[in-house]
Amino acid sequence: MSTESNKSLFTPVNIITGIFLAIGLVITVLRFTKGLGYVTNLDDNNPWGVWISFDLLCGVALAAGGYTTSSACYIFGLKKYHSAVRPAILTAFLGYALVVFALHYDVGRPYRLPYPIFVQPGTTSLLFEVGLCVFLYVTVLAIEFSPAVFEWLGMKSLRNKIHKLTLALTVFGVILSTLHQSSLGALYIAVPSKIHPLWYSPYLAILFFVSSIPAGLSMVIFEGTLAHKPWHHMMDKTHLDEHEGVILGFARGASIALAAYFAVKLVALAADNNWHYLATGWGAWYLVEVLGFVALPSLLYAIGSREKNIKLIKWTAALTVFGIILNRFNVSMVAFNYQLPSSQRYFPSWMEIGISIFVVTLGVTIYRFIVSRMPIFFEHPEYKDAH
Amino acid sequence: MKRRQFLGLLGAAGITATLGTTAQAASGKSFDGYPDAKGVLFDSTRCIGCRKCEAGCNKVNKLPAPAKPFDDLKVLDTERRTDAKTYTVVNKYAGKKGPAFRKVQCNHCMEPACASVCFVRAFTKNPDGSVTYDASVCVGCRYCMVACPFNIPAYEYNDPLTPRVMKCTMCHEQIAKGELEAPGCVGACPKEALVYGKRKDLIEVARERIRRNPGRYQDHIYGEKEMGGTNWLYLSGEEFKSIGLREDLGTTSVPTMTSGALSVVPMVAALWPALLGGVWAMNKRKDKVAEEEQKAAVKAAKDEVKAEAAAKLAKELEKAEKDKAQAIEREVKRALEEAAAAKKDEEGA
Repeated sequence: MSTESNKSLFTPVNIITGIFLAIGLVITVLRFTKGLGYVTNLDDNNPWGVWISFDLLCGVALAAGGYTTSSACYIFGLKKYHSAVRPAILTAFLGYALVVFALHYDVGRPYRLPYPIFVQPGTTSLLFEVGLCVFLYVTVLAIEFSPAVFEWLGMKSLRNKIHKLTLALTVFGVILSTLHQSSLGALYIAVPSKIHPLWYSPYLAILFFVSSIPAGLSMVIFEGTLAHKPWHHMMDKTHLDEHEGVILGFARGASIALAAYFAVKLVALAADNNWHYLATGWGAWYLVEVLGFVALPSLLYAIGSREKNIKLIKWTAALTVFGIILNRFNVSMVAFNYQLPSSQRYFPSWMEIGISIFVVTLGVTIYRFIVSRMPIFFEHPEYKDAH
Repeated sequence: MKRRQFLGLLGAAGITATLGTTAQAASGKSFDGYPDAKGVLFDSTRCIGCRKCEAGCNKVNKLPAPAKPFDDLKVLDTERRTDAKTYTVVNKYAGKKGPAFRKVQCNHCMEPACASVCFVRAFTKNPDGSVTYDASVCVGCRYCMVACPFNIPAYEYNDPLTPRVMKCTMCHEQIAKGELEAPGCVGACPKEALVYGKRKDLIEVARERIRRNPGRYQDHIYGEKEMGGTNWLYLSGEEFKSIGLREDLGTTSVPTMTSGALSVVPMVAALWPALLGGVWAMNKRKDKVAEEEQKAAVKAAKDEVKAEAAAKLAKELEKAEKDKAQAIEREVKRALEEAAAAKKDEEGA
């Protein structure tokens, strides 16, 4: 599935990819000719749907592997994770690029997306902060990723110049990530009357930021697992040797981060004195999320890293990723507009889901193209000792 | 984990947790709305649900004709909301004292949620009290619709490339141009259920009505304080929640709610570089110290080995010297003995 140019293109994976991309293109044409009303189930009471919940909120949270991995390696001095940095930066860059791409479908006038920054900034809006930070962070990630491209293209001096900026870019990346990860949660601070109290909290900003850390770490584990088989031949000795250490270390980190997230969840619950809701149906669903997808993975990660049980860690990573998606869906869809009668509630149309699948497929395809060509899983022989 | 790393992380966690208080940059001041701002008082007890206000609004705002004519009162049987073609609707509710009607439109908040959350400042709170929208900068993110606690702004979902947010303007433009003296709906009302005037005066009027007819009214002016106060005010004979007005919104305006989160932003930008740089520098120093310690240890070990070797050499040399001396002594002794023996032999011979 990688560099074998002489083999047939019609592998099962490629065929499925082709189908998803084709459907996506058809829906794209419909979106830009017939409008949002034709392809989505959005309405005046439910202005944000799955494109915001999944493509934006989950996309950004799950791309947090970029800043967590690079800061672990370059700022917190955990050099043994160096081989995990490039794959994580690549995923983050693709993740954010696709978030921006997907927003072109959701906003009514995508050609005006630069307006908040270049035409008339509305600085009292948390969405302005999200927009500005995402815009800057995509740029930072592109620069952070560019050495891989320059190594591939043999542009040595440019590559070395950018490599010197690593620390500055990493610090800037963490600042921007802190800000927009938290601001995505803070978007909802404005609507206490529309989100069920168990998911609404004045601490939403901190909840979103703290949960982005285990989300990012788990994605690095999860995706490392997925990439390991098909691209084993692209991985150099360092990468393979460090792989297990990365998994164990990240599992320990994710376990602690999830425990902290659990603590913040409890604080949020206690601060608003929402305990009595736990006995309701909403409470049961809340407990499923908090116990099953926060406390449980924290415990499983701890066991996994203590017993060096790589298999358990990998499954826990999937559980955590799913839990973060569940949380973002709960805040932005399930518990959103809880006060409305069920006939006025939102459920995505198949075409909305089709676009979300299209965007993910696009990301996977570009990822496959890049990792089978550029020095992602291996160090370019000319720059072996250059870090 | 190393001690320094732990301290670094602890510092990071501590600062994150202490942030999140409300910024009060210009504190001591609070915005109580423009002094001469206008508003509308809606008295539900006078409303007969004739839909004349809907027709009036439709006409002055040149909105498209509705699917069912405005004199069709069967429309009232289902609850409706504002939409892309309708700035205002009247709904009918079953009240304790018989049917009750309530008009729905933008409440023109004193500190509008839509305006504060808009990332291109497409909304303006005008000195006349109205909240208006400028489609020429709108990106179409629809955050205003999410944020509006009254679910008022509507969207042209079926326009693929130039959709607008649609909502009541309190006829701001028509009044400013002198085409109207009061909003279209107010002018169309046959029962004086709607009164247009200064918000301050309207509150007085409303209080007076409640005072004169305490049995007729709920003792509350809806909109006086809700969500920080609105320029559209409501009187009702029924509980407000039973005529579709939420009583659980609180009195805090959206800008106040979000100011805490916004105040963290510059702090993160200000503190993170120092914090992260500090953690980096500590780790760098730790590495350097470790390297130096290693070098020193290697040097010490080398010196020790050298000293040992030197001592050994000296010892060996000394031993050799001793051996040599002993050998000489032995040789001398033997020579002397030999000499003595030779002498004896000579004497004996």
